[in-house]
Amino acid sequence: MKVLVPVKRVVDYNVKVRVKSDGTGVELANVKMSMNPFDEIAVEEAIRLKEKGVVTEIVAVSIGVQQSQETIRTALAMGADRGILVVTDQPTESLAVAKILAAIAKEEAPQLIILGKQAIDDDANQTGQMLSGLLGWPQGTFASKITADGAMVTVEREIDGGAETVELKLPAVVTTDLRLNEPRYASLPNIMKAKSKPIASKTPADYGVDATPRLQILKVVEPSKRTAGVKVKTVDELVDKLKVLGAIG
Amino acid sequence: MDPAEETALLDSIQKWVDREVRPVVMHHDHNDIWPAELVDQMAEMGLFGATIGSEYGGLGLPATTYAKIVSQIASYWMAITGIFNSHLIMAVAVERFGTPEQKAEWLPKFATGEIRGGLALTEPNAGTDLQAIRTTAVRDGDDYVINGTKTWISNGLNGSCFALLVKTDPKAEPRYKGMSLFIAPKGPGFTTGKKFEKLGYKGIDSAELIFDNYRIPAANLIGGVEGQGFFQATGGLELGRINVAARGVGLAEGALRLATDYAQQRQTMGKPIADHQAIQLYLGDMVTRARAARLLTFDAAEAYDRGERCDMQAGMAKYFASEAAVKNSQEAMRIYGGYSYSKEYEIERFYRDSMLMCIGEGTNEMQRMIIAKQWVKRNPA
Repeated sequence: MKVLVPVKRVVDYNVKVRVKSDGTGVELANVKMSMNPFDEIAVEEAIRLKEKGVVTEIVAVSIGVQQSQETIRTALAMGADRGILVVTDQPTESLAVAKILAAIAKEEAPQLIILGKQAIDDDANQTGQMLSGLLGWPQGTFASKITADGAMVTVEREIDGGAETVELKLPAVVTTDLRLNEPRYASLPNIMKAKSKPIASKTPADYGVDATPRLQILKVVEPSKRTAGVKVKTVDELVDKLKVLGAIG
Repeated sequence: MDPAEETALLDSIQKWVDREVRPVVMHHDHNDIWPAELVDQMAEMGLFGATIGSEYGGLGLPATTYAKIVSQIASYWMAITGIFNSHLIMAVAVERFGTPEQKAEWLPKFATGEIRGGLALTEPNAGTDLQAIRTTAVRDGDDYVINGTKTWISNGLNGSCFALLVKTDPKAEPRYKGMSLFIAPKGPGFTTGKKFEKLGYKGIDSAELIFDNYRIPAANLIGGVEGQGFFQATGGLELGRINVAARGVGLAEGALRLATDYAQQRQTMGKPIADHQAIQLYLGDMVTRARAARLLTFDAAEAYDRGERCDMQAGMAKYFASEAAVKNSQEAMRIYGGYSYSKEYEIERFYRDSMLMCIGEGTNEMQRMIIAKQWVKRNPA
């Protein structure tokens, strides 16, 4: 079966993000960008399914600025077979992304779409669910275990208070949680070979999607600084302090 | 090389270092254990073919990219870079000077790491003065018979093949005209002596190689002609020096990284020690030194990639970067204070490892002579 894996270019998780001085967003100039970690998990899972012989082809898709091509290359170096880059300089909102992915899904006819449950830049956690709705496909979100055969996919999901197992009829949409797997790092030979794997370049218009943002960002601010804590020596002192603060009666 | 691709390579190296190298470095270093698992991973990562041409299955990386990889790994654990570097210098000798048959036979196996090894030049009485070696190879029909001893050979125990420098004509004048370089796989008559106990550079084996009527086919004479060995062996040394410079850069930057972290965490007199002027003076020196070492090293690597003669640049880079490594690890220890002397902290390893950079691959005394001679030659009166 064919698997579609959307991958997003985001600020690297090791970077301490700074808010732009004009408050319109976070600073992206000279900041290290990488693949969204949840998407890395999605790519890894697709590769593992391919190694098990369940999957025959992995198509990595990225929607965003031209440099998102590097994110696709990362997926290709890990083991994806080819890429589709949908270039847009506008901010990508979940609904527009879901619409583009739905159009690609109709064209490519994958049996499975594996997405990160959310991207670490806006933490929206919407695209997978919207995509499932638009396509009318079943969804298994927050997957911590995926088993697939030709007709069904079984997804163990992380939910409040435990794990839930759902069985989905293919084609289906699955989003990955953190504990699904530990993504591999690409070997140097595979990074170099990824150069020759094909990437198709498209625009939202090619898929008939108007990607104009519908949301307006009013302002972005840094979290307020934590005030310094106080060390106490005894439990009695702690209780006294809490009483003074009105935290306990 | 495409900058985005180079970034991707370095990102992957960093992930490997973070996930596989950093958790095991102290255990292996303190107990002087050869890191078998890391060596397998290096092979998988393609490091044993990093500079070997792609037509032989290598990555064909330019010296600049290779030096960045080396300095990045060395900033966490310098010693393991020796496992693939000595190997690649052997490969360079075959790739640059070997016959087409030798390249086709050996380079693909070197590139995958199926055959690993190093460079066997140094002898008990000949290091910097390479022309004084005493190991001999005597032609006997289609073979050569080799006798002698090499010492301080990196990968000596765990490697299986070496670029071996010998005298095919011990009476030649000038002496270098009697020297030849062989591809020498381990076999009957080729044994190894003891593994050396070292101050630092742990984990990698440095050993004695003993040749007692060791017989190899004449087809293993690199280039197929006697008397070329000195140039073949020293021809790889430019890259070797760039590599040691890159290791020095890594050690200098690694010591700086540790010191920077510590100086911001450790508090005295109510503030992080990084806010004290005494510590700032150290940090200011260390950052500058590390940066200068990096720039000199990439200056030499870029010249090498352009195909220019770069013995002077490589010498300056090796000299400066190795001294920077020593100074930065010493000053990092000053910043760490008492904890620097504890084996529970990493900085002591940098102190032990860095001194080798000044001594190995041509002593820094020798480097300065080479630099000066080249400089005067280029600026005749």
